[in-house]
Amino acid sequence: MLDTDNFTTPDGRTIGGTVLDLRNITLRFGGVEAIKDISFDIREGEIRAIIGPNGAGKSSMLNVISGFYVPQEGEVWFRGEKRPPMKPYAVAQQGVARTFQNIALFEGMSVLDNVMCGRLGHMKTGLFAQALWWGKAQAEEVENRAAVERIIDFLEIQAIRKTPVGRLPYGLKKRVELARALAAEPSLLLLDEPMAGMNVEEKEDMSRFILDVNDEFGTTIALIEHDMGVVMDLSDRVVVMDYGRKIGDGTPDEVRGNQAVIDAYLGVAHD
Amino acid sequence: MPDTLLFSMEVALNGLMAGVMYALVALGFVLIFKASGIFNYAQGVMALFAAMTLVGIQNGQVPFAHLINAIFGTKIHHFGWQVPALLAILLTVLVMAVFAWAVNRFVFSKLVNQEPIILFMATIGLAFFLEGVADLMWGSEIKTLDVGLPQGINTWIDETTLNAFGYGFFIDNLDIVATIIAALLVVGLVLFSQYTKQGRALRAVADDHQAALSVGISLNFIWVLVWSIAGFVALVAGIMWGAKSGVQFSLSLIALKALPVLMLGGFTSIPGAIVGGLIIGVGEKLFEFLIGQPYLGGATENWFAYVLALLFLVFRPQGLFGEKIIERV
Repeated sequence: MLDTDNFTTPDGRTIGGTVLDLRNITLRFGGVEAIKDISFDIREGEIRAIIGPNGAGKSSMLNVISGFYVPQEGEVWFRGEKRPPMKPYAVAQQGVARTFQNIALFEGMSVLDNVMCGRLGHMKTGLFAQALWWGKAQAEEVENRAAVERIIDFLEIQAIRKTPVGRLPYGLKKRVELARALAAEPSLLLLDEPMAGMNVEEKEDMSRFILDVNDEFGTTIALIEHDMGVVMDLSDRVVVMDYGRKIGDGTPDEVRGNQAVIDAYLGVAHD
Repeated sequence: MPDTLLFSMEVALNGLMAGVMYALVALGFVLIFKASGIFNYAQGVMALFAAMTLVGIQNGQVPFAHLINAIFGTKIHHFGWQVPALLAILLTVLVMAVFAWAVNRFVFSKLVNQEPIILFMATIGLAFFLEGVADLMWGSEIKTLDVGLPQGINTWIDETTLNAFGYGFFIDNLDIVATIIAALLVVGLVLFSQYTKQGRALRAVADDHQAALSVGISLNFIWVLVWSIAGFVALVAGIMWGAKSGVQFSLSLIALKALPVLMLGGFTSIPGAIVGGLIIGVGEKLFEFLIGQPYLGGATENWFAYVLALLFLVFRPQGLFGEKIIERV
């Protein structure tokens, strides 16, 4: 069932139909249930946050969406179709891009090369044409380079285009990773703690980029974040997890008022 | 010009040519090591297997003829046709690609995330297995390989140097061809890895598996591709060495000569493999000529490369071009 009712956010963006629908997902590692019977959806054009205390199963959830983990139970529906168990690279080819909590970049390559790797799925011409820069391959390379340069400009990393990623400081690496994910022009972008380990200023920059990306390219974004303040400012809807269960789901204001969420975050007195 | 200098020049030139051969084998190692972190001990046997397959296909040999004859009591050995060299090479490339697929499907896909030493042991097993299969398939006798490469002294160089210095250099035509082909191969590999989608994906996989998956690269596909390319490089090395000294078991031992080349050049550097090969080639020939024969009783070529590699291990373990090993504390 594909929900196609559009609605408009307070700041005037249009949120479309369901892009991803998770139905009764359960994920186990041996005897440990990391995710217990969770369902929620992500709609086109929205910023959807997944929050929760440490060990709540947020990253596991993201890994289920990106295909790195295969859940034992439940269904993943992507763009109106039930997704069979798939290798992560196949999920990526379908248009789900992601970043990692601990940053996974190609450290030996330049920033430009890293971002170009994000566009591998957009390169279609043959091997020999590419090697010899011949015919359509040339036009395609120019086109891909232009797209990459746009993203590099957008994320303000022009100055480090040729720098090997291994030499960059942490905050910039995070931004390059975002650039690589964006280069794929994903229909769903997953950000695993995009602001972890950043100082206040870097966090503000990153928040701005996430909002701008969503606004400018209309990218659907699902993100995990610890910083409650940031999450509430950024997101349209929030899923709250605790011990592998979903304990809240709704707009930031609804979630803020939810007693179960307050208990999970502040702790609750057991009598 | 003094004779020693002229002789040294000739020796050095021949050393360069021999170095190209070493570099060819080392290249196969580097490709696989870079992309998958596997040190492929079987690279030398792959060269042997490729050369035997090429000869077998060219001569229209029936594969596994001994086995078939032993089981069915038949007496077949040859199909009775000759396959043109170029077609035979193409077919051999195909065989190496199938081999690459099989190795990944049946061995390395089962060993994902294992320790490097376990992967290394697997390649040792693979080396012995492939050697057995090669013998069973094509017979173990020494074969001559002839794909129409020119051989013998290059008379032009001989005459020119004779006129210029009064001493004619002996350079084998085959060595010159090998050098040209090796150069083309390296240019091809560089174009491939720098400018094609698959090459970029290969570098990505070499750098970070998880990140490669997240941008939509199939690790399996890349590994099969890399093993196929390594198989192709092995074939080229096998053709060159086979044409030079016959296709026989000792061909697989050239892999051992590639080890010091890798120590010198670094395990992860394609230019390193080339330069390392050249240094070893020239070094061992010059050392033998200038020091070995006059003072040490000769036969230094057998150990010179290893001693040089040992020195490198002590003073520059990452090799000339390898990635610097930085420990962050």
